[in-house]
Amino acid sequence: MSPRPGFILDVDKSTPPALFWHGEGFRLEKLPMGSRVIYPPEALDPLKDPLGAIAHALENPVGDSSPLSSLLFADMRLTIAFDDLSLPLPSMQPPDIRQLVIEQILDLAAAKGVDDVVLVAALALHRRMTESELRHILGDRIYDSFNKMGRLTQHDAEDRSNLIHLGLTDKGEDVEINKRAATSDLLVYVNVNLVSMDGGHKSVATGLASYKSLRHHHNVKTMVHSKSFMDRHNSQLHSSNWRMGRLIKEAGVKIFQVETTLNTNTFPDSFGFLQKREWEWNLKDRTGFIAASAALGKTPPWLSRKILHSIRSPYQLTGVTAGEVEAVHDITIENVFKQQLVEVHGQTDILTMGLPYIGPYNVNSIMNPILVYCLGLGYFFNMYKGMPLVRKGGVLILSHPTRREFDPTIHPSYIDFFDNVLADTTDPLEIESKYESAFATDPWYIHLYRTGHAYHGVHPFYMWYWGAHALDHLGAVIILGGDPKTVHRLGFMSASTMSDALEMAQSFIGPDPSLTHLHSPPLLMADVK
Amino acid sequence: MIVDRLSGKTIFITGSTGFLGTALVEKLLRTVPGCNLYLLIRPGRTSTASERINKEILKNDCFDRLRETYGDQFESEIASRVHPVSGDVVSDNLNLDDSDRKFLADCDVIIHSAASVSFDSPLDQAVEVNLLGPRRVAETAIQARSEFGVTKPVHLIAISTAYVAGRRRGLSPELPLSDTPFSIQLEWHSEVEAARGLRADVDLKSRDSRTLELFRKKAAKELGAVGVPLLVDKQEKLRTQWIHDEMVRAGIARATSVGWPDAYAYTKALGEKALLEKQKEIPITIVRPSIIESAMLEPKPGWIRGFRMAEPIIISYARGLLKEFPGVPEGVIDVIPVDMVAAAIVAVAAKGPGKGGPEIFQVASGSRNPLKYATLVNHVRTWFQEHPIYDSDGQPIMVPDWSFPGRGRVQSQLDKTSKFLQALEQATGMLPIRGEQANFIVDIERKRQAVDNALGYVELYGTYAETDAIFKIDNLLDLYESLDEQEKGQFAFDPALIHWESFIREIHLPSVVQHARVKTTPTKRPAKSRVERNLALILSEERHLAVFDLENTIISSNVVDTYAWLATRRLPKLKKALFAFDLAMQGPSLLALDRKDRGDFLRSFYRKYEGAKPQTLRKDSQEFFNAYLLKKSFPAAIERIRRHRSLGHKTLLITGALDFILEPLKPLFDDIICAELEIGDNGLYKGRSLAVPPTGEARASILADYAAEHSLKLSESIAYADSTSDLPMLEAVGYPVCVNPEPKLAAIARKRGWHTEQWDKAKGLPPVYLPIGRSM
Repeated sequence: MSPRPGFILDVDKSTPPALFWHGEGFRLEKLPMGSRVIYPPEALDPLKDPLGAIAHALENPVGDSSPLSSLLFADMRLTIAFDDLSLPLPSMQPPDIRQLVIEQILDLAAAKGVDDVVLVAALALHRRMTESELRHILGDRIYDSFNKMGRLTQHDAEDRSNLIHLGLTDKGEDVEINKRAATSDLLVYVNVNLVSMDGGHKSVATGLASYKSLRHHHNVKTMVHSKSFMDRHNSQLHSSNWRMGRLIKEAGVKIFQVETTLNTNTFPDSFGFLQKREWEWNLKDRTGFIAASAALGKTPPWLSRKILHSIRSPYQLTGVTAGEVEAVHDITIENVFKQQLVEVHGQTDILTMGLPYIGPYNVNSIMNPILVYCLGLGYFFNMYKGMPLVRKGGVLILSHPTRREFDPTIHPSYIDFFDNVLADTTDPLEIESKYESAFATDPWYIHLYRTGHAYHGVHPFYMWYWGAHALDHLGAVIILGGDPKTVHRLGFMSASTMSDALEMAQSFIGPDPSLTHLHSPPLLMADVK
Repeated sequence: MIVDRLSGKTIFITGSTGFLGTALVEKLLRTVPGCNLYLLIRPGRTSTASERINKEILKNDCFDRLRETYGDQFESEIASRVHPVSGDVVSDNLNLDDSDRKFLADCDVIIHSAASVSFDSPLDQAVEVNLLGPRRVAETAIQARSEFGVTKPVHLIAISTAYVAGRRRGLSPELPLSDTPFSIQLEWHSEVEAARGLRADVDLKSRDSRTLELFRKKAAKELGAVGVPLLVDKQEKLRTQWIHDEMVRAGIARATSVGWPDAYAYTKALGEKALLEKQKEIPITIVRPSIIESAMLEPKPGWIRGFRMAEPIIISYARGLLKEFPGVPEGVIDVIPVDMVAAAIVAVAAKGPGKGGPEIFQVASGSRNPLKYATLVNHVRTWFQEHPIYDSDGQPIMVPDWSFPGRGRVQSQLDKTSKFLQALEQATGMLPIRGEQANFIVDIERKRQAVDNALGYVELYGTYAETDAIFKIDNLLDLYESLDEQEKGQFAFDPALIHWESFIREIHLPSVVQHARVKTTPTKRPAKSRVERNLALILSEERHLAVFDLENTIISSNVVDTYAWLATRRLPKLKKALFAFDLAMQGPSLLALDRKDRGDFLRSFYRKYEGAKPQTLRKDSQEFFNAYLLKKSFPAAIERIRRHRSLGHKTLLITGALDFILEPLKPLFDDIICAELEIGDNGLYKGRSLAVPPTGEARASILADYAAEHSLKLSESIAYADSTSDLPMLEAVGYPVCVNPEPKLAAIARKRGWHTEQWDKAKGLPPVYLPIGRSM
């Protein structure tokens, strides 16, 4: 039986309560009659022979590119860049797809006698990964051999000695990227395309860039005009990255792009209920749900977090394409949409969604309030094509405990941002002009980014900009079950029950509002007509 | 009549900075326009007599009414009528210079109001002031008059107390004590000799080796390992305090042994006797008020100065600390408003000395308009039920019902409570706790102090609520009757005029509550403004340097953690567990060593690094920082350090931790002063520190050197620390801040009003029970 496509349920009397993620736990909420629930398509069938598919892709590139083996020669400088741990979410069961791809690339390189190979994690301003995280992505064999020789590196956007300025785009944007990567005879980029925002020219132009380069598209103006940044052709974020990508190519940097797509088989069997539609839950799903919510409800948040972050996803490969960046990415996006796109007719007054314990920036860490904001208003809100799911001036209801919890090792500048910047203003433009450069150039944050496992000092600003389009579009944001003080600091309202939240929402949009619930997991993207 | 008689007269007054004295000066200035005043003032350590008049008398709200009357003329009017005389009643000849002796010789009336009114003064001090003071004033006046050949009439009015009657029951007449029945014939000279000799004896006893040992132990217990200079200083303070306490005890003991409740009444009684021996040479009148309380009408209803006998008792009751106060319900509590006493004194001055020898006027309410103890208690209770004061959480405090227990029962109850709290304080004080929990201990200590204070009140003042003496006021009433109707209004000192209910409920209690600065509204966070002010001072751009301690100030970790983490970093799993177990077994002895001497404790840990490779430790320390230290750091501390830097302050870390561990913290500070290990010829650590570990008083001197080297002022600097061993450093700077203080330091911080911060680890992280090294 082939997997079923996405589905829109109209809530009636017999509809069971809908499942909401609620941070490290869940909520079941009875939605008003007449509400719509958008269910994602079921997981696509995986490629039967992933290793064979990878080998095939490397030797049969798309676009204007020769097979990888013909691009390799002895005495060459080869750099292999790869996406960091922010993809996929949650981390996949070993072996990670990047390991499988890189192992084949290394085999080909070895066969050609290539000695000078360097691996670089494309961190941009993300945190450096730990040993165990790198081992997870690359596997022990690659880690041990490359790390020992000092050939396993993580991109350092503050290392002036390893950055190169390639020029300005026709819009005057600086293109400054990792020098080793840019000056290699070949740069192979290995990506995981979890959502449609990833990949393409963004891989190198963002993943290997410096703050000087990133600030041209990671800013409020660009983000407000990226409608949405998940829809590349309507995203200024992507236009800028594409300009930069073309400049990189013109500057003579030879890139061989390998993009992979996964199905939405996100949770293992024990959490199977998360993958199913509520009315189809069988006895096992019900007991699984009860056991999981009871256990997570009783344990302190740190322990629930530890349990959930140890989940490894049984993701399966649905596509692997290699070759010239743009040609590769077109195929990739098609694959992503095939898995995630759901056609929806008409916007809604109220959009509800549950936020999980994990987002791209808190793998093995805490989803702090700023990340809650970013996941809701940045990521989930933007999972649309065409027009936003919620109408202009509508209300977004997020479900998340939103505690005032921060990881001082991983998100040090977030604490400062929350305590000092948000206490002053929540307006993205004001925040950008008043505070960004101080945080971006703060020596302490740069020190922690370079030597520790901290996100760059400017990173919380990007989180705030990510939500700028949503802030601009929405009439109000209500966080269901959120800590009132913390939620208030974010500039939002908190409600303890769904009926309270709906009542509050009606004071903004009037009586009898329409309501749509974005059901997750797994991820979906709404094609709003 | 009164105004006319005193017009153009000069009046010499002692004790004008006191409660009664201030009221008297104001009354004279306001109602007798023609008189001039000479005020005997003891110059302060930093202020002259005339500065004290301005600051302590004229600035008091007692003079608001006069200020209003005179407007711009106030200063000049006062300057023309009030003259400071520098001197002291405890010195022979009052320490007057020639010109001041001339003033004294030339004056018409001398009012001696100076006294040591505290019931728990040291014996010799009470003797000097209360017993010898009046006689000295008389002798100096007599001598000056003969020296300058002054023969015009003079009148010495000495203010005594009705309680010179002692623990007598029944009527107490307005007569010299020697003329009353059952009076004890005491030779005052020998009492003076004995009191003076006693101080020398007590001083000698305080230097006894066993007593000194007690002070040493107590100082060590209170301050912990703070280093020699501070301990020595504390011991000397304890010795001085001990002498004081012994002298107070001696005063009470001697007084009760001869029939007075306390040293005050006892010395006042003997003072009358010593003074009256001079009656042939100078006309004398004695005025004996009972317990003086708030003004009924003048200068304004409820005016009071200082926190006096009844007030602390009333406030303790309103706070719920004092559940009972001994007293007989039907007994009379003799209270008199201060304006009545001042008016009576002025009337006595106008009347002049008695024709047939010394006269005595008692100013008391008990015989004419008695206030029953039960009535007073009832009014106080119902008033506080209607106007409760609030605790720090904004909750009203309910006052208890009064059951009029005997003094013994109250005393033993309080005694038991005090002992229990003391034991609790001691037991909890031995636990290694800090921060919020340390505040709990400080609260116990505060509570115990409150109970001890209450016990003190009961001991000291209990007898006053149980007095059965009724003070006769026939002379006073005769004097009042001699006034014309207008004067009776202006100098209203007939106690029958007091309406007790309205006096207590509408005048006295509102005034007491206002003066006690207690919370009368249910708003929370009363101390916030003070905290905010402190913080603003600390975070002012004018400061120079912010110095930080590391352990428990910035990071909730210590040398033990560090060592354990680094030592286990490269061990296999089983060995890690064994190591942790072994270290845990050493815990108690390590803790004891740390308490005894921080320096030795650190050295014992430095030794454990012997043979370690510097490069390996440096690498592991970087991981330790990310995997452990940062997670145990206080984000608020890091923010504060950065804040200081952004304000342009220099930031300095002084710690006994080792340099390689601090490497990742370097960018946070301008400078770090820490311990460094010696490296041997083989390139390995030797387990010895290069210099003395920067702990205790060493830190204060390191800090001083650092400040001098960089031309920074310590008075403009801020120090952050958590334990009493940092006391020398905290004391060295102008702005000490205690971070999560341990109980001893919390107590000190509270006493000295130091800024305190409660900084916490980041929330939401898994707890770390064992510092076992592993990679992230």
